[in-house]
Amino acid sequence: MAGRVWKFGDDVNTDVLAPGIYIKLPLEDLASHCLEAVEPNFASDVQDGDIVVGGVNFGMGSSREQAAQVLKALGVAAVIAPSFGGIFYRNAFNLGLPAIVSNEIDQIAAEQELKIVLKTGVIENITTGKQLAGEAVPENLMDLVEAGGLVPYLEQKLNKKG
Amino acid sequence: MGQSIAEKIIAKAAGKKTVQTGEIVTCAVDLAMIHDSGGPRRVKPAMEKLGVGVWDPAKIVLVSDHFAPCTDAESAAILKLTREWAAEQGILNFYDQQGICHVVTPERGHLAPGMFAVGGDSHSPTGGAFGCYMFGIGATDMLGVLVTGETWIKVPETIRINWSGQLGTGLAAKDMALKMCATLGMDGGGYQAIQYAGETIRNLDMLERMTLCNMAAELGAQAGIIEPDEVTAAYVEAAGGTPGDWRDFQSDQDATYAVTHEFDATNLEPQVAAPHSPANAADVSAIEKAEIDQFYIGACTGAKLGDLKMAASILEGKKVAKGKRLTIAPASSQILTQATKQGIIEILLDAGASLLPPGCGACAGYGVGVLAEDEVCLASTARNFQGRMGASSSKVYLASPYTVAASAVTGHIVDPREVL
Ligand code: SF4
Repeated sequence: MAGRVWKFGDDVNTDVLAPGIYIKLPLEDLASHCLEAVEPNFASDVQDGDIVVGGVNFGMGSSREQAAQVLKALGVAAVIAPSFGGIFYRNAFNLGLPAIVSNEIDQIAAEQELKIVLKTGVIENITTGKQLAGEAVPENLMDLVEAGGLVPYLEQKLNKKG
Repeated sequence: MGQSIAEKIIAKAAGKKTVQTGEIVTCAVDLAMIHDSGGPRRVKPAMEKLGVGVWDPAKIVLVSDHFAPCTDAESAAILKLTREWAAEQGILNFYDQQGICHVVTPERGHLAPGMFAVGGDSHSPTGGAFGCYMFGIGATDMLGVLVTGETWIKVPETIRINWSGQLGTGLAAKDMALKMCATLGMDGGGYQAIQYAGETIRNLDMLERMTLCNMAAELGAQAGIIEPDEVTAAYVEAAGGTPGDWRDFQSDQDATYAVTHEFDATNLEPQVAAPHSPANAADVSAIEKAEIDQFYIGACTGAKLGDLKMAASILEGKKVAKGKRLTIAPASSQILTQATKQGIIEILLDAGASLLPPGCGACAGYGVGVLAEDEVCLASTARNFQGRMGASSSKVYLASPYTVAASAVTGHIVDPREVL
């Protein structure tokens, strides 16, 4: 997959991704407040296929999976960070949003174009021509990515058994 | 090689003799705890799509706490759906508006040492206080558990945190938790398992141990756990649970730890975390005097019976400062009953506090008592991310119930030992 970069700092938490006071709203409305506390233009300007690059502990905090779901709803194709909040990481894959661990995000700037190979974790910075290392997505999570998330995955599994 | 308590529980749940850290294993879930926000309203549509019901209604605890009691038509609809789903799925352990899931679940005897449990909430590590391996998962992950009874886990390393020395007067587990946040940072736990140990921990009652395990989430750990002992067994039994073979769930002498951190409680000062992170914690003496609008004693981590007692010990015979508000949301109905019987509620109300119904209240901005734009709150909750308790420009400081209560009396942040 390939896309344009939005870059954020360390510790982007679930309350800024999916603010509690809007949590009852339908997903699209909640999504319109995604990250507004740190980047007011994000929700309105992000485009399909864009890639979010964050600092350490991206998605830390609450278990609310809307934090990953709003990114997906806004068209974000993948998230890259040196480390993720553990629950966010699981949620992202469950919803079919790949999360890639990479320690080389200092080689990525906003607006650049990236190409990611999930199986190997290799990130190509198309803008600079550099190849960056990331962690390969574990096999059990690749299964989820390929199915499009946990629900379609379970659908396949339960049908097979059925 | 020896195994840590976390490894022992995971191995048991995975049906293996031992597990290796880093290995991905599938575990049978002993208990799944869900609440009104991340539970039925989120899993129902997908379950209908899959055409399946829950794997075992007896192993599910459902608690309505985030939107309970409801504040508007939307939250009323969420609670209605929650109740309907409970009836549909035959969930017997459904606690409707009885308090916060992390407190209600152990209080009603559902947790016991050695259990492998998941909760649809990030503060689920609270269960580690009872010697369970318990962690938080999101709604879709929970859906997987609810329909299969299983989940996967990457076997974590165990990080050992030893506490020695005795806590001083006016200090609490919350101060210890905030101190660890300040020292280790919000990713200090690296999504591994934290095991709290040492004499200070042994001397804490179950409620205080819950606060520590609860805030393992703030350290970025998957779970926080304390080896069960007589104190644990007594609590579980009194709550109507079965402590079982709790002696089997102890870390081996030669267990391997990724790292061991040492803390000393002896000279610990009350801690206050400045906005917008628990990791901004510092000694109360080093915190800038900020103007506070609302003082809040609430949440799973800050409004258990012990927490209300701490507040009452400060507020007895005193008044909340003029022009300030102290809002208290007991963590459960059971706690509210006990606190009423023990005269604690009367002390709090006499001091001028206002009482909210048991539940999450303003903690995550979902319920009652939230903040207006630019308001500042000093809270006994676990988390103070930007905008969490209401409007996005509002600010939250975190501290122990002692510090919140003492500060409510003076109107600004103070060292509770000056008021005691
Ligand atoms: S009280 Fe706060 S931290 Fe605890 S479960 Fe409720 S919202 Fe979460």
